[in-house]
Amino acid sequence: MTDIPSPGQTAPADTRAATVHIPASPAQRALPLHRLLSQVWANDDGLWGQITAVSHTTLGLRFMATAFVFFAIGGILSMLIRAQLATPDGAFLDTELYNQIFTMHGSIMMFLFAIPMLEGLGIWLLPKMLGTRDMAFPRLTALGYWCYLFGGLIMLTALLFGVAPHDGWFMYTPLSSAEFSPGINADVWLLGVTFVEISAVAAAVEITVTILRQRAPGMRLMEMPLFAWYMLGTSAMMLVGFPPLIAGSVLLEIERAFDWPFFDPARGGDPLLWQHLFWLFGHPEVYIIFLPAAGVMSMMIPVLCRTTILGYGAIVAAILALVFLSFGLWVHHMFTVGIPHMALAFFSAASVLVAVPTAVQVFAWIGTMWKGHPQLHLPMYHILGFFLTFVMGGLTGVMLAIVPFNWQAHDTAFVTAHLHYVLIGGFVFPMMAAATYWMPLMTGKRRIKGLGEAAFWVILIGFHGTFFIMHLTGLMGMPRRIDVYPDNPEWIWLNLTSSIFSFVLTIGFALYALDLILQATLGKRESRDPWGAPTLDWAMPIPSPNYNFASLPTARHLGRDAGDIIVPLARGEGMLPGAPRGRREILVTSVGDATPDHVAMLPGNTALPLVLSSAICVFVLLMLASLYALAGLALLPVAALIWVWVRGMAPQGAMTPVEAAPGLHLPIHHRATTTLGQSGLMAFLVANGTLFSSLLFGLAFLSVVTPGPAAPPSAVSAAQVLPAFALLAAALVLALGAMGWRRAGAAWAGTALNLAALGAVLWLAVQLENPTAHTRDALRAVLTGYIGLHVLVAAGMSAFVADQYRRGEISPEVPGAWPSCNLWQRYTTAVTLITLAVVIAQGVIT
Amino acid sequence: MRSVLFLAVVLTAGCAGPLSTLDPAGPVAGQIAWLWWAMLAGAGVLTLLVLVLVAMGFGGLRPVAARVWTHRLGLWFSLGVLSVTLGAGLWVGERILPRGDAVEVTAHSFQWGWRFGHPDGMGGWIAAEGVLHIPAGEPVDVVVTSADVIHAFWVPRLAGKIDAIPGRENRLRLQADAPGIYAGRSAEFSGVGYAGMTFTVIAHAPDDWPAAIAALRDEAPDD
Ligand code: HEM
Ligand SMILES: [Cu+2]
Repeated sequence: MTDIPSPGQTAPADTRAATVHIPASPAQRALPLHRLLSQVWANDDGLWGQITAVSHTTLGLRFMATAFVFFAIGGILSMLIRAQLATPDGAFLDTELYNQIFTMHGSIMMFLFAIPMLEGLGIWLLPKMLGTRDMAFPRLTALGYWCYLFGGLIMLTALLFGVAPHDGWFMYTPLSSAEFSPGINADVWLLGVTFVEISAVAAAVEITVTILRQRAPGMRLMEMPLFAWYMLGTSAMMLVGFPPLIAGSVLLEIERAFDWPFFDPARGGDPLLWQHLFWLFGHPEVYIIFLPAAGVMSMMIPVLCRTTILGYGAIVAAILALVFLSFGLWVHHMFTVGIPHMALAFFSAASVLVAVPTAVQVFAWIGTMWKGHPQLHLPMYHILGFFLTFVMGGLTGVMLAIVPFNWQAHDTAFVTAHLHYVLIGGFVFPMMAAATYWMPLMTGKRRIKGLGEAAFWVILIGFHGTFFIMHLTGLMGMPRRIDVYPDNPEWIWLNLTSSIFSFVLTIGFALYALDLILQATLGKRESRDPWGAPTLDWAMPIPSPNYNFASLPTARHLGRDAGDIIVPLARGEGMLPGAPRGRREILVTSVGDATPDHVAMLPGNTALPLVLSSAICVFVLLMLASLYALAGLALLPVAALIWVWVRGMAPQGAMTPVEAAPGLHLPIHHRATTTLGQSGLMAFLVANGTLFSSLLFGLAFLSVVTPGPAAPPSAVSAAQVLPAFALLAAALVLALGAMGWRRAGAAWAGTALNLAALGAVLWLAVQLENPTAHTRDALRAVLTGYIGLHVLVAAGMSAFVADQYRRGEISPEVPGAWPSCNLWQRYTTAVTLITLAVVIAQGVIT
Repeated sequence: MRSVLFLAVVLTAGCAGPLSTLDPAGPVAGQIAWLWWAMLAGAGVLTLLVLVLVAMGFGGLRPVAARVWTHRLGLWFSLGVLSVTLGAGLWVGERILPRGDAVEVTAHSFQWGWRFGHPDGMGGWIAAEGVLHIPAGEPVDVVVTSADVIHAFWVPRLAGKIDAIPGRENRLRLQADAPGIYAGRSAEFSGVGYAGMTFTVIAHAPDDWPAAIAALRDEAPDD
């Protein structure tokens, strides 16, 4: 064994120690530390404890378990599809139901399985890997979970009642418009998925902030575990990728509910706008799903090969390239819509190019295997399954990026085959590997030998048996999404084969699930750090305690075998040992080189996330029931609860600095310059700005590219709206000025000015032309609503600050909500001025 | 050589079918089919290469140079392979575009059927439902439109597909080498009638085509 190097760090520890020298805390007895920490960080008892839990360990596992249940449901639906297709005349489903089933299969697998699964993985694993005790916004984690659960349940209920979405998972208009999809089927999708996406945006904000601000001191960006890089890429893509979908869904829902035309060609709209918005999300989506999977591969392969990762820097570069490139490819889903041929060539080239960073990673992983000594443990089986399957899926992806071939293969079973090769190969196999790898940390148990291997082989055979010949089925002309094919006997044996193997595949997944369940219930106790990994996630007892680390790891603990640092950390030799102040404390570090900045106190258990998400759920249900006036009223409790939520962050209790390590006194977050909350708001504004840009993109697209009828001349003259424009702009700019002034009076002035601006928005709103007439007016109405909402929130925030003054919570050292209020005001002013400029320009140009 | 020929025969026979892209009956579909077989061969070789490399990874410890993997294989090798593929795609793409003179016909789609328009030679159009008549051996441009939702016009043995989008006009070039009957169908999901949204293309010898269209006039509905 001596010639096998043990997994080590990527950079020598001494360079780290040079940047941050933090003295070790004196060792204490581990058990009392553990008791106190458990008490402070524990969930409440019993079922109530599940409701109030905000812990990332609890919620991360729950996200993953729920996602697995949805995977099973989606899997059952796929069995129905395959049963139907096994014979040419269909087995038992009528067409309407069949359409609901494939739409729900796709939507469940993408929105209720894959995305939540990777969020859960990130939420569960990142704090452990980065050396902290929880995510940046524990209540937000819980809120995301409940939104996900409720949104998913709404969609499932619709399926039970036979009114599930039935327009395919990408919901093309006009098929999904009110005219061709009357009934609530499409609304279930638009509202349900958007509800679920609250959790995606929440997770993206949290993950970004946690990775950037909560790394163990000394863990510089270029030294963090690759999984963190991958998740950073993922969360960045989620912040920018989801807003176009949300924008599109909101527009389509408004069109369905109020008949404002955005996608109706007779009134200046364009069905292609939906496709652009959808795929602006949809393409990055596949990388959002793939990157976390690649992240766990990059962690497991070196450990299972007893070596270090090859080409760390190249992999980071590849991730960044992927994040960047994947926003320039969406048109490859639209090669057949009739776009100019230069654009075809451009997007074809870009799509082909994106294979390069993927190839870099695949070869880096293989090189790592060459460098080390691969051990055929169970996770390695699934990793090998990944290589086989994903490489094939990637290659068919390149084929589909070639336009002439795409024109033949598009929307056939070939595409179905391709997407399952990449999704199951590139996501499900890595996730199965990851689950078997991290199970000991989740459960503390060792697996039962044999069953997992058997499950793997059955899955591998079942998968390729089902999907390999589906390439041929597609090339022989079978489109996707048809339920019968009586005139095409040449497809019968192909489909029958696929259907038979799909049942093999299902048996495989069932065996896999059984293996995990048996391990969790009957498995023997596993020992700590079972794989001999060099990362912090294993430097804790198993199963992991809610607080993760009794004391937080520092530069000294990085890059060493996890087994060697478990005991020092448990004995409190790291930073912030125990919970002497009875609060949930974590360390916040700087973005670049992770120097300690301040100590943040995280909120404890609370039912508020459940209550807030229930209030949002009421709103969604009222919208579904077309009770729009009531739905509007239902936003009042939502707003009130958000106020309560934010009040929960108000400064209270002792403000004295904390001795985080001997001689190292750090301020608590109320006195810090940039808090986690502010970082979170910035991340949120990135998403919000993308949403706004999506609306502007829509406006530009509809006025420049769309061939439809021109807007009728405006009945409102420029002179009529200019006073309102001027009032709006002036009030917002003055409010911004007031923000800089930091007095109680300024907060009150800000409130008044924002209210004046709100009045101006209302004044504009009453002058708007009938938004159902033409897409130009519909878009103006939407932009007015967007601005109105932001001004309203700005007024609320300045009132909140004024209230903080009244309560005496703000002082020269304690800024309270000022910085966040200021940030929001700036954003609001900027988007308002941009919108006014755009509308004025529109008048000038046309 | 004989075995290659034999393989080709078996493959084409196994891949034949009224909607099969692998059984092309015209130059456009034919070039795309060739592109497919070439890409398949390349993909097969690459898959094998990766699998062999993975298998060799189990060969025990050995010194490796990181840049060989990340740069030479990951970057340059893949860039090379991809450029060749892209080049082939662009080359074929240029040759199948609707350029130069062609007979023009129209395809108007609706839930769930097709109405085709044929030029009567006097500036008028003669409609036919569910059947499109074209001359064989000549390029034909199909102008594709939709009355309601999005559909797609697809005759796999003659050409690729193009979407029919409300509010827009799209154009697809196709050509049949020989007179015959070719199956077509919509390839964009359009609701409950989608599976049955098929049509037929009849390619006539060029000399017979005007007569075939004239015959349509007699049976055509009066629009
Ligand atoms: C459990 C094994 C699975 C089987 C047997 C299966 C099978 C199928 C089948 C037969 C279709 C319909 C094709 C058609 O309409 O002609 C389909 C569509 C689809 N599947 Fe799966 N699938 C599986 C897993 C997954 C997974 C894990 C994902 C994603 C993570 C996924 C995502 C999709 C999507 C997005 C569609 C397209 C739906 C649409 O056309 O609207 N599937 N699948
Ligand atoms: Cu894509």
